[in-house]
Amino acid sequence: MATTTTAELQATDAPSGNFVRETGIIFRRQMRLNLRNPAWIIIGLAQPVLYLALFGPLLEPLAAQIGADNAYTFFVPGLLLQLGLFGALFAGFGLIGEWRDGVIEAERVTPASRTALLLGRIGRDVALLAVQSTILIGVGYLFGLRASIVGMLIGVVITVLVGAACSAASNALALTVKSEDVMAPILNSIALPVLLLSGILLPISTETGAPGWLVAISDLMPTKYIVTGIRDAFAGDLATAGLVWAVVWAVLLFVVGLWVGTRTFRKENA
Amino acid sequence: MIHARGLARTFQTKRGREKTEVVAVAGVDLDVAEGEIVGFLGPNGAGKTTTLRMLTTLLKPTAGTATVAGHDVASDPVAVRRSIGYVSQSGSTSGEARAGDELMDHGMLYGIARRQAEARGRELFAQLELDGMWARQPRTLSGGQRRRLDIAMGLVHDPRLVFLDEPTTGLDPQARANLWTHISDLRTKRGSTIFLTTHYLDEADALCDRILVIDHGSIVASDTPDALKRQVAGDLIELVLADEQHVSEAAAQLGRLVDGATAEVDGLSVSMRVPHAPSEVPGLLRSLDGAGVALAAIEVRRPTLDDVFLTLTGRSLREEA
Repeated sequence: MATTTTAELQATDAPSGNFVRETGIIFRRQMRLNLRNPAWIIIGLAQPVLYLALFGPLLEPLAAQIGADNAYTFFVPGLLLQLGLFGALFAGFGLIGEWRDGVIEAERVTPASRTALLLGRIGRDVALLAVQSTILIGVGYLFGLRASIVGMLIGVVITVLVGAACSAASNALALTVKSEDVMAPILNSIALPVLLLSGILLPISTETGAPGWLVAISDLMPTKYIVTGIRDAFAGDLATAGLVWAVVWAVLLFVVGLWVGTRTFRKENA
Repeated sequence: MIHARGLARTFQTKRGREKTEVVAVAGVDLDVAEGEIVGFLGPNGAGKTTTLRMLTTLLKPTAGTATVAGHDVASDPVAVRRSIGYVSQSGSTSGEARAGDELMDHGMLYGIARRQAEARGRELFAQLELDGMWARQPRTLSGGQRRRLDIAMGLVHDPRLVFLDEPTTGLDPQARANLWTHISDLRTKRGSTIFLTTHYLDEADALCDRILVIDHGSIVASDTPDALKRQVAGDLIELVLADEQHVSEAAAQLGRLVDGATAEVDGLSVSMRVPHAPSEVPGLLRSLDGAGVALAAIEVRRPTLDDVFLTLTGRSLREEA
């Protein structure tokens, strides 16, 4: 036998019966490390809360103009998605430190599935995101958010799906570039346009006076449909086309993110 | 325990639009028997790490085969991973974690139950003189302690074959000597087979039964450290003279020690390789003294692996490849 194909190599690397157990080991290890040093969790949560406290009041008098009854019912869904997108997008930085400490390589010489190494880490980001989302909604309630319970639950689920996709992509990027100096500008150059073009802070729609070209560009952003859908859900409109599109896009991002992530983690020379 | 045939790895690199192939390992044949301690020696860029990464399933060979601990690295990498321990140069634990937690998690990834992983971990901590370090953060450990923690990580599943990548690089002499004891204990107390890379002659002398020398991606020598050093044909005697006028006399006297040999002259320094130099030096000194040759200094150097390497490849081990 001269060479072996990638297919053969992956066949033996496929998830086994121990897959769930291995994912759990990685997940618990990651949670333990994060809870020992919760600075990032707090910073990740402080940002949306600051937006809520310092930007929310500016929206209150504009509520009618942007087509909302309650400024916070409009604004919290955007902040929720912001938390899901950016908290998880920056999660990969931790992986670079682990790679430098030799942890990733040490894990890769164990018989554990390489997909489990990724899923355990995504699990950590999803768990943190779920807790952060709940706190954000709680704080929003204090500010005057009033929304459908079922709708908020749907909103959190959508957020978590997007967060999982971002976490997978971020970890894959980290494992590929292996350098904070390369990763930071890439993420920043993605994050700002996404934030501005998704209608997270203000709605981007011709009805509220946005210029046509800006609406046209923003219509290309899946995240815009997701924000709109979460807003519908919060408002208790659970049968709108907007919510359907939000779910479709969130699931699609989730699938693509996981596919890219597992592919990168299973690559032999990652 | 390890059998490799024609093991090769080429990397594709892109420079602009041109794709070039870089041959990292050109086709390595090597065999390591059960219970052996084998040292793997070569300059940076010779293919040492690439070979090690192929044998430990971290990198797929582009050609050739390797059977490690009875399993093929390409067709059954998971079985290989189950049977080997790998202690990498870059460490294996997060600086912020607790040492004991890292060891237990690592054991559990090998399928060991939590309770057994803890028992095994505590046992390894005791054996490797890491008592009291269980709850410490690896970043607070000394270099030697951290290295021993890495070794514990590599041994947690009781592998029959252990790969060590530059195990003592960056350690102080005391910590190195201590680590050597632990490494040789692996064989005497546990019957492990050990494959290690090293830059140091004293390390190879202290630990290895056999040394493989790799250069430009191929194995250029495989022998015991002593046999390799014998190839260098003796120890180096270097005389540094006090003045220029006796240089030729000193060279002639030194040259007489070995039939048909001539000493090398470089300014005030006269040198030559001589078998069993320590027993030749007293006589040499007497006759130099008799001829009125004044010496500023005399040095006798045993051959080093660097000399071996120079003889084998014509290059110094320390030159950046």
